[in-house]
Amino acid sequence: MARMKFLCDADRCIECNACVTACKNEHEVPWGINRRRVVTIRDGLPGERSISMACMHCTDAPCAAVCPVDCFYTTADAVVLHSKDLCIGCGYCFYACPFGAPQYPKTNNFGSRGKMDKCTYCSGGPEADSGETEFVKYGTNRLAEGKLPLCAEMCSTKSLLAGDGDIIAEIYRERVVTRGYGSGAWGWRTAYKETVNV
Amino acid sequence: MNSLRSALRALVAIVAVSAGLALAAPVAAQAVNPTAEAVSEEALLNALQGGQAIGGRISIPDQSAANLIKPSGQDWRARHQGTMFWLTILASLAVLTVLVVYYLVRGPIRVESGWSGVKILRFNSVERFAHWLTASSFIVLALSGLNLVIGRYVLLPLIGADSFAWVTQMGKLAHNYLAWPFMLGVALMFLVWVRHNLPQKGDGAWLAAAGGMLGGDHPPAHRFNAGQKILFWVVITGGAALSVTGVLLLFPGLGGDYANWQLTQVLHGVIAAVLVAIILAHIYIGSIGMEGAFDAMGVGEVDLSWAREHHAYWVQEMAEEDSVAPSGARATPAE
Repeated sequence: MARMKFLCDADRCIECNACVTACKNEHEVPWGINRRRVVTIRDGLPGERSISMACMHCTDAPCAAVCPVDCFYTTADAVVLHSKDLCIGCGYCFYACPFGAPQYPKTNNFGSRGKMDKCTYCSGGPEADSGETEFVKYGTNRLAEGKLPLCAEMCSTKSLLAGDGDIIAEIYRERVVTRGYGSGAWGWRTAYKETVNV
Repeated sequence: MNSLRSALRALVAIVAVSAGLALAAPVAAQAVNPTAEAVSEEALLNALQGGQAIGGRISIPDQSAANLIKPSGQDWRARHQGTMFWLTILASLAVLTVLVVYYLVRGPIRVESGWSGVKILRFNSVERFAHWLTASSFIVLALSGLNLVIGRYVLLPLIGADSFAWVTQMGKLAHNYLAWPFMLGVALMFLVWVRHNLPQKGDGAWLAAAGGMLGGDHPPAHRFNAGQKILFWVVITGGAALSVTGVLLLFPGLGGDYANWQLTQVLHGVIAAVLVAIILAHIYIGSIGMEGAFDAMGVGEVDLSWAREHHAYWVQEMAEEDSVAPSGARATPAE
């Protein structure tokens, strides 16, 4: 089995936000929630870089460690998913997440948190693959259809890479060697305790 | 001399200007090399200081999403699963152990002079309402809070994931709603009892004798002994701190950014763990730990012998008040 990861090659990202839009549209993500976002660092200054970020599907995921109801699980592809049936919307995963991935629809009194929503790596949830209930709660399950996450698949500059960690790391390494520079595999140190050494 | 000086000055000016032009030309021609100056993840990560995040500009409305990487999430996780977890468990276990040992060695504190059969009013209905309002909400708050810390390891394996998620969801709702009566109760207790909980003569002696709990004579006390006064201030300050941090957790928008939320959650957890442990001892001494004590909060009236043994000054003060105004005699014979 593959170890699925995301890698955003910031030297290619043009901040078009197509990944953000594609994700929202594909999964019919609730209003106010963005499973993926693009952050521009040092905006307007020389050397600015834009990075597309979502749940990084961490190794030894902090969200799973702190969840009081143990609603997270890691798939055979090393994708970190959660059960919205078990989630109580306590917010602990948000405190622990280094990437700001978990978000909560405001549903209850006090504007308190509903069931947590985050990137599923386009692979749904605990329900039966590609069913209606899975779609309503988690969005489409592209992985079950043999497809990679849509954000990366439709990235016009192929900045955002998704797939087996070793393969996308090799693609990125080749690019950095060929063009002579690279701003790094954003989030990898924090999520996977390793980076792509060139 | 003057003409030579001005000639020199002119020469220096010409040299300076041409040197300036010569320097300026390559600077203007040199294009900014964004690649050479590009930000790198490694450099930004290394420059981060405790609690900071790598952030930038974002074009979606949710500005809190502008934080890209906040490694302090991992620190919060480590603290939450380590220090906080063990502090919560060990604080309560340590107090429980001490109480069990104390009960086995010393046993319940008896009324040594025997029941007098005369009852005197210790807590009126407002005081009892304030106490039980706080106590009942605190017990639910404490249990639902403890469930968040240890439920996953204790209750989840016993009742299964679905039932446990339901229980915890109900616990969260109860926690959110019962926080308000708890805050009201703490405020009420403060109002009705603060004047009895200021330091008085005799508190020092009571503390020095440890209230007679470790043997020796029971030192006299006012309406509240020094131990009760300490408990009062612990509950008031701890309750206030829990209220403030709790409201901030309930309305995250009030509490600044994620670093504040993490800190608020840690404070709320630590204070709650300590308060739960202390209240365990309070529950012990107010129930099985001391004969006659529960009546004070249960029905509001205590036996005169109990009052004399534990709150001698208070009985004296009551007697003085009564002798001034005999109609206020509250003693009623037992049946």
